[in-house]
Amino acid sequence: MSTHSLTQPIVHMQGVVKRFPGGVLACDQVDLELYPGEILALLGENGAGKTTLMNLLYGLYQRDAGHIYLRGQPVNFRSANDAIAHGLGMVHQHFMLVPTFTVAENMVLGQPSPRGPLLENRRTVAQRIRQLSEQYGLKVDPEAEVWQLSVGQQQRVEILKALYRGAEILILDEPTAVLTPQEVDELLIILRGLADDGRSIIFISHKLQEVTSLCDRVAVLRDGRLVGTVQTAETDRHQLSRMMVGREVLLRMTKQPSAPGKVQLAVRDLHVQDNRGLPVLRGVSFEVRAGEIVGLAGVEGNGQRELEDALGGLRNVEQGQIILAGQDVTNRSPRDIFTAGLGHVPSDRYETALLADFSVADNLVLETIDQPPYTRSGLLNRTAIADNAKQLVKAFDIRPAAIDAEVGNLSGGNAQKVVLARALSHQPKLLLVAQPTRGVDIGAIEYVHQELIRYRDEGMAILLISTELDEILNLSDRILVLYEGEIMGESTADTADVETLGLMMAGTRVD
Amino acid sequence: MDEITSSPNELITTTSPSHRFRPPRLVRLIGAPILGGIVGLLLGAVLIMLAGADPLAAYQTMLAGAFGGPRQLTETTLKVGPLLLMGLGLTIAFRCKVWNIGGEGQYFMGALAGAGIGLLLQDSLPAVVLIPLMLLAGVLGGALWAGIAAFLKLRFGLNEIITTLMLNYIAEFTLLYLAREPLKDPDSFLPQSAQLVGAARMPTLFDSRIHIGVLLALLLVPAVYVLLWQTPLGFRLRAIGSSQSVSRYAGMNVALGLSLALLLSGAFAGLAGVIEVSALHTRLKDGISGNYGFTGILVALLGRLHPVGVVFAAIFFAALSIGAQTMHSVYGLPIALAQVIQGLVVLFVLAADALARRIWR
Repeated sequence: MSTHSLTQPIVHMQGVVKRFPGGVLACDQVDLELYPGEILALLGENGAGKTTLMNLLYGLYQRDAGHIYLRGQPVNFRSANDAIAHGLGMVHQHFMLVPTFTVAENMVLGQPSPRGPLLENRRTVAQRIRQLSEQYGLKVDPEAEVWQLSVGQQQRVEILKALYRGAEILILDEPTAVLTPQEVDELLIILRGLADDGRSIIFISHKLQEVTSLCDRVAVLRDGRLVGTVQTAETDRHQLSRMMVGREVLLRMTKQPSAPGKVQLAVRDLHVQDNRGLPVLRGVSFEVRAGEIVGLAGVEGNGQRELEDALGGLRNVEQGQIILAGQDVTNRSPRDIFTAGLGHVPSDRYETALLADFSVADNLVLETIDQPPYTRSGLLNRTAIADNAKQLVKAFDIRPAAIDAEVGNLSGGNAQKVVLARALSHQPKLLLVAQPTRGVDIGAIEYVHQELIRYRDEGMAILLISTELDEILNLSDRILVLYEGEIMGESTADTADVETLGLMMAGTRVD
Repeated sequence: MDEITSSPNELITTTSPSHRFRPPRLVRLIGAPILGGIVGLLLGAVLIMLAGADPLAAYQTMLAGAFGGPRQLTETTLKVGPLLLMGLGLTIAFRCKVWNIGGEGQYFMGALAGAGIGLLLQDSLPAVVLIPLMLLAGVLGGALWAGIAAFLKLRFGLNEIITTLMLNYIAEFTLLYLAREPLKDPDSFLPQSAQLVGAARMPTLFDSRIHIGVLLALLLVPAVYVLLWQTPLGFRLRAIGSSQSVSRYAGMNVALGLSLALLLSGAFAGLAGVIEVSALHTRLKDGISGNYGFTGILVALLGRLHPVGVVFAAIFFAALSIGAQTMHSVYGLPIALAQVIQGLVVLFVLAADALARRIWR
């Protein structure tokens, strides 16, 4: 909109630089303008510097160079409280709410009270919350305790909190990552309403579709630098993805129809409890055949993690059966299950799969260290360990190609390649991949996806657990949806539509 | 810090994208701790001055007391033995992140078991049979005592820090009771056991007081290195120390690994116990441990959980302790002052190390 040149930007960041210890340049001479009443998308891959840039604006980090102007005045926020006092509000990826407090209590937390040492009057607070939630369609009960609310509702509380504190400028960091498609639609409507009311919004995302449907302008960051700012109306998803990655990306994988063979994994009536001893999987049954990718979709926290653990032998099965390559592996040790033919790429790389302070070479032989050729006559064979590493580093293009590098120093994408390379090097019967591209840059995502399809074509059975619906749709031959520990329904690659999947993800059973 | 970081910057940038100066590995490994040690000694000098002595002369006396002649060297070497054994055992445990602070108790139990066998059989067996038997008894005594803590950890999930610490007192007072009552030397008024003699005494080397226990400790240095870095067992112990959840995922038996690490460190402590009682004290009595269970923790940490580092740390602590005794007898400075200096040096060395790691990550 050319009118912007006439109005003054409400936020103007000029030549902002942020360097982290160790020399990482997270933001390099970034210029950004936000105009009143607009929704500006901040688009970029993981690690492009989006969140860092916003933390600089919000006073959580201090910049090394550059200027920030708010309504034309130079500002220098020393803390988030400083920023809040100037009318900024940020909704973080991880919510900053006290779960045992009510919505109203969370609103006044850390805020000065007009009644001195006493907290503000409950009814007044509740009244203001109701008024705000009515005005913007953010329906929440002020007296509800936060832990009782769904993730989507908690996010509304975060937005309300910002509004309650008088935010005119809202920053939302990847707000849709934890939502069902329907919740996403609701959120986008709410944000549009807020913008129409004159508030200015910065919307951080790496999802092209949301960005193009919601935002007025898009600022694209890559490797800490601003690639460019474009009007949404004058661009398309292909141009944006090119700007984001620096080259054209396959938005849709091309793959042959699957040729399913024999059943490699059969899960029957599986019951599993979570860490608190509450039932979290309640009678899950499904099969995965050789030569197919079965995608398990669902919003985070509906039993995916526990299913993954149970299949890997890391969590006790209360009831039911897991048959892997014809062998009953229910409640067997991880070692037995590995021997039976499971390749496990866990959702939490550093918690579960990698020893951060061990070398790439050592990590690549974690399961087989005591077997020949890695151990001979009781002693480790360093040459064999190194040879294995050299071969896998080359085959999977792990960078840097230094087999002695500590895994903790690798980027997310390369660390994931190490896990994937290790799992595949054992030629598993079933490959269990959970959130394979979480925290992985877009180039590596493409690589991981291509590898998965290649191995499927070679006849491997693959179970893909992912909360990224795009990923599920891209890769899966069959799609199952998990909701509160039960399978809501199944659809095939060609019949799947986002609408139906979204309904299932929100708990509607579709047969 | 700015001085260090800015000047060599231009030289570095061509080879590394990092704009920070990062000194070579060896400097990072040794430089910072040495610097820390010097600061600790300087602070110690202030204390010596306050106590009314000349710090330079005092430190000279200390050095001479530890290394000044054959007699001093012998004393220091004898002290290195048990410190080295303790440090090596705890290196294994700490690498696996098992916090065994019960070295003291395991040492007592090793001494008790070894001396018990010695007292029982010293009249009937030759040294060549009896000494290995006693050493084995010491190893088993220490390992079993650590095994109690291992059992409590695995069966009931009790924290080994607490159980091993508590077991120290039980071990110590059990030994003292036995030395006073059932095992008491009938020919003595003192609360001590009968004396180990002849075949039950550690054989010495080359007409000196240096005994084969010290030699054994030195031989175990490469053994621990091989165990930790050249065998699949050591790999697993270190893997468990790095992350239990990852080790479990990779099919390792984490409970077994934790127990083994605890048992092995107990075995080393027990070995130290039997060697010291056989070579030095010759009786079960009060004060047969020079706090080795706790000093051993410092030796392991200062040696950065590496067998070679542990050798140097053991020498350092041995010299400090022997030197302090000389300083005490020559200048009349209290032994406690030497212990304070010892504490200062350790504190600053470890702090400098941690700081260096943060800065030059």
